[in-house]
Amino acid sequence: MSSEIYKPGSYPNLPPPPGTVGVYGWIKNNLFSSISNSTLTIISVVLIYYLIDGIIGWFFFDAVFDANSKIECRKINDGACWAVITRRVGQFVYGFYPEVERWRIDISFLTMFIAFAPLLYPDLPKRKWLLWFSGIYPFFAFILINGGYFGLTKIEYSLFGGFMLTVIIGVTGIVCSLPIGIFLALGRQSKLTVVRTLSVCFIEFMRGVPLITLLFVASSMLNYFMPPGTNFSILVRVIIMFTFFSAAYIAEVIRGGIQAIPKGQYEAADALGMNYWQTTRFITLPQALKISIPGIMNTFIGLYKDTTLVVVIGLLDPLGIGRAALADTKWNGLSTETYLFVALFFFVSCFAMSRYSLWLENKLNTDHK
Amino acid sequence: MTFLYNIWHNEKSREIIIQIFVLLCIGWFLSWLISNVDANFKALGKDISFEFLFIPAGYDINQYLIDYNNRDSHLRAGIVGLLNTGLVAVFGIILATILGVTLGIIRLSKNWLASRIAYWYIEFTRNVPILLHILLWHGIIINTLPHSKNAINIADISFLSNRGFYIPKPLTENGIELVYLLLVIGIIFSVLFFKHAKKKQDLTGLQLPVFWINLSVIISLPVIGFFVSGLPISLEIPVLKGFNFKGGMHMSPELAALTFALGIYTAAFIAEIVRAGILAVDKGQREAAESIGLKPSKVMKLVILPQARRVIIPPLTSQYLNLTKNSSLAIAIGYMDLVATLGGISLNQTGREMETMVIVMLIYLSVSLSISAFMNWYNNKVKLVGR
Amino acid sequence: MSNNVIIAAVVAGAVGIGAGYALFSGQPTQTVEKETVTSAPSGAGTLDEVRARGSLNCIINTGLAGFAAPDDQGKWTGFDVDFCRAVAAATLGDADKVNYTTATGKTRFTKLAAGEGEILSRNTTWTFSRDVDLSQTFVGVSYYDGQGFMVPKSLGVTSAKGLDGASVCIQTGTTTELNLAEFFASNNMKYNPVPIETNSEAQELYKAGRCDVYTTDASGLYATMSSFDNPSDHMVLPEIVSKEPLGPVVRHGDDQWADIVAWTLKAMMAGEELNITSSNVKSLAGKDNKNKEINRLLGKDPLQGVSKLGLSPDWAVQVISQVGNYAEVFEKNLGMSTPLKIARGANQLSRDGGLFYIPPIK
Repeated sequence: MSSEIYKPGSYPNLPPPPGTVGVYGWIKNNLFSSISNSTLTIISVVLIYYLIDGIIGWFFFDAVFDANSKIECRKINDGACWAVITRRVGQFVYGFYPEVERWRIDISFLTMFIAFAPLLYPDLPKRKWLLWFSGIYPFFAFILINGGYFGLTKIEYSLFGGFMLTVIIGVTGIVCSLPIGIFLALGRQSKLTVVRTLSVCFIEFMRGVPLITLLFVASSMLNYFMPPGTNFSILVRVIIMFTFFSAAYIAEVIRGGIQAIPKGQYEAADALGMNYWQTTRFITLPQALKISIPGIMNTFIGLYKDTTLVVVIGLLDPLGIGRAALADTKWNGLSTETYLFVALFFFVSCFAMSRYSLWLENKLNTDHK
Repeated sequence: MTFLYNIWHNEKSREIIIQIFVLLCIGWFLSWLISNVDANFKALGKDISFEFLFIPAGYDINQYLIDYNNRDSHLRAGIVGLLNTGLVAVFGIILATILGVTLGIIRLSKNWLASRIAYWYIEFTRNVPILLHILLWHGIIINTLPHSKNAINIADISFLSNRGFYIPKPLTENGIELVYLLLVIGIIFSVLFFKHAKKKQDLTGLQLPVFWINLSVIISLPVIGFFVSGLPISLEIPVLKGFNFKGGMHMSPELAALTFALGIYTAAFIAEIVRAGILAVDKGQREAAESIGLKPSKVMKLVILPQARRVIIPPLTSQYLNLTKNSSLAIAIGYMDLVATLGGISLNQTGREMETMVIVMLIYLSVSLSISAFMNWYNNKVKLVGR
Repeated sequence: MSNNVIIAAVVAGAVGIGAGYALFSGQPTQTVEKETVTSAPSGAGTLDEVRARGSLNCIINTGLAGFAAPDDQGKWTGFDVDFCRAVAAATLGDADKVNYTTATGKTRFTKLAAGEGEILSRNTTWTFSRDVDLSQTFVGVSYYDGQGFMVPKSLGVTSAKGLDGASVCIQTGTTTELNLAEFFASNNMKYNPVPIETNSEAQELYKAGRCDVYTTDASGLYATMSSFDNPSDHMVLPEIVSKEPLGPVVRHGDDQWADIVAWTLKAMMAGEELNITSSNVKSLAGKDNKNKEINRLLGKDPLQGVSKLGLSPDWAVQVISQVGNYAEVFEKNLGMSTPLKIARGANQLSRDGGLFYIPPIK
């Protein structure tokens, strides 16, 4: 009977009740739906007001962007003195890399995106060709940055610094730790007692000690473990430590992924007559890696942030460059500006990485939830 | 030939061969490392000895939970540092948990503005390195709080300045034993009452206000004892003498900065964990709970949280462990923890990198491992049975 | 989709192994091959190694005004830096051929021992245990220092004996902690230490009033004071509680190299004594001087040992013309014309009442 009464088109379309749509409706629903909700909104508004009032002025409107020294800054205006950054932006980015050679860093950095693009975006056109470039990129970047071949001047590692150092340690550590992490995870799940025990020991040791102690080891003790006379640069030692450290974390993330694979998958693989490596290659890893992508990305972001710790052993990452700038009598006492600038840099790059990870997670999510 | 072939193609024997091979490789590698250390140490004229632990440290430590002065041994300095690590870890964990759970819940709030603020707060906090957090917080605390001469005076007994927060220290006098006794009785009572109430609920379904009754008993009994035995506690009030406040209890700005930085940084991660945990509870659970007429607070307490807890606890512990390990960055602002005392000044003064770092690493390792072991046990306990 | 993940993982793995290979294989061919022979932590041949590389590796402070700090152009300047430059001038003939490696107080000796630099020029105090236990060679004193205390004048303290109960900011990784503990203990005073890793950090704390007193080497105190907005509001207390002879350090075992570094320092001081400056050194080197010591130093009548050391006869000319004599270097980096305004004090020639007594160049 009702089908006749509500026949489509026989009644005019009424507007929704007032106060449920439009700006007013949205505000009412989302901000003032109840007394507690309204209180929360008011508190939030007050908080935002104070934040903007107190900080934005200092940050932008009263800030000085160019001056010769802190004293000059203070004479011009009483906000932030960003001159310490603008005057040393080259140092913050390239460290002490010679100015005439800095194009090499620029090129390596830009081509890094091309090298990573096919790895990061599975749908890219011409992906196969780009993958070849990704394969040779490490050698390309190493030769370009380090020099020593093809008439490029050799640049000493001690001149590396600033954001460039962060990116070098971070990216090399990230890229090297993934394969090691995968093997460690497989080792931990292995049937072979010896392999399993060794993997467990390595993983638990790396995860159990603070990174800063590992860096002390890298800076002051690693040479004792090498044959007398060997000498490899502090930068390489630090990268090794970072790689091992994050490999242990990645191994745990991937182990979680492996354990989440239903038992039936292995049974099916066995039924098909696959051997261990075939199972790993076609059954275990594709599924385990997909599940663990968010965790892997989080580990990478963590590693990237942790690169600031190298300042404790005297390498000049952005924080170290900032501190060296503060040691200059001209800029002494501008620590807030310096630290905030470095913090902003890390925020931007880490936030971008976490956004990418979210995107990938959604893309790979083929479940029908 | 066929014999070898058989050995290799028999699963059992092949496993054994591979394992022996791996063991040999590792053994060779380790002995190589040790022989290198030996050769290097000989070349430098060094040896490995732990005797330095028992010679006087010679330096002072600004915060000690057990008695310490510069004539005590390096070992004792290390223990003082370890206790300081423990202290800041406990403070940080408490702050991180409270803040993180609050943020996680606000993040799920229906209020758009509050949820957005929480979101951006979390993103800003967790995408900035912890070392910067520590440095910034320390800078804020020492630059915004007044000098000790103009300390903020709270009711004439507590003082807040950039030298730290001074509060009165309770000193016990004769008769305090009664208060302790009553406290113990209160606790025993509340445990028994809790069991009784649970039994009653199981039998009749009737719920007693256990929490409030227990709380009032635990508080009121010692308070009564306190008055009966004639106020056996006096307060040592900090006073400004010379350069600093003397007496009372004291929280240094370094401890405060470290607590804030570690707490706030870790809270951002905990908030996400809590959020994910709550979201992981099936929607149907909430709907079912609401449909049988439970109040929203009861839905949260009795249905959502117990299930979310299973998801939340494992990553939460690893955050606690991270916080503890991150506290080693205390060295950047002069809070003297284990890495700053034994792994820092002691290392410097004695030149024994190998020994001090081995001790420091072993200590962190054993703390981590024992907590993981506990967590594995707990996980097995709360794990869903079946499947 | 899963196939893509696999490809991505495999390629990432290849990239990783490749990068690792590049770092390991590229690096050793660059340095280790040469250095396995030469830069064994205690081996000889440091000079050859420096010459082969064409540059000197020098370990310096991460940042201390007047001693080592990068300017806006990224060039390191300072007293310690100039000494590195002097050694480069003596050995390579070019003061600019120096690679600077920074080290904190804690990592400096291990960096030197590990062969990351040929010289440690990082205001390092010469002590018995550092010289003997750590297998270093201190080649001389370039700066006589002592640990002092800086206080704000408003504190109303005129002597370090009046610091009972004070909060003291200390720079760690140095001899400072022990000196401080000894001083306060011997005067029956109590204090509250705040140990800080770097000078700039410690400075911030002192300025914010976290500490009543800042203690480090007196030179560092003056350097710090000079950077304040109102340096006249602060003072360095008269008590100097320790002896801190600072100087360059080299590894044990290469006496030739130790001699080169030691005599570079002495040549700079001799330059001051003989009134050879960067402006007149070229003209003095060209002619026969009445003072035969000048002739011997500047290579007119070169001493036999110079070639034995492996230096060219004009090594001292290079040092003084490119870097300057001791007085010039001091004035340029620390002296009255700089914001630091440090008086020469003990750091003068003995003839002027200081502690530098230069062995004759004979």
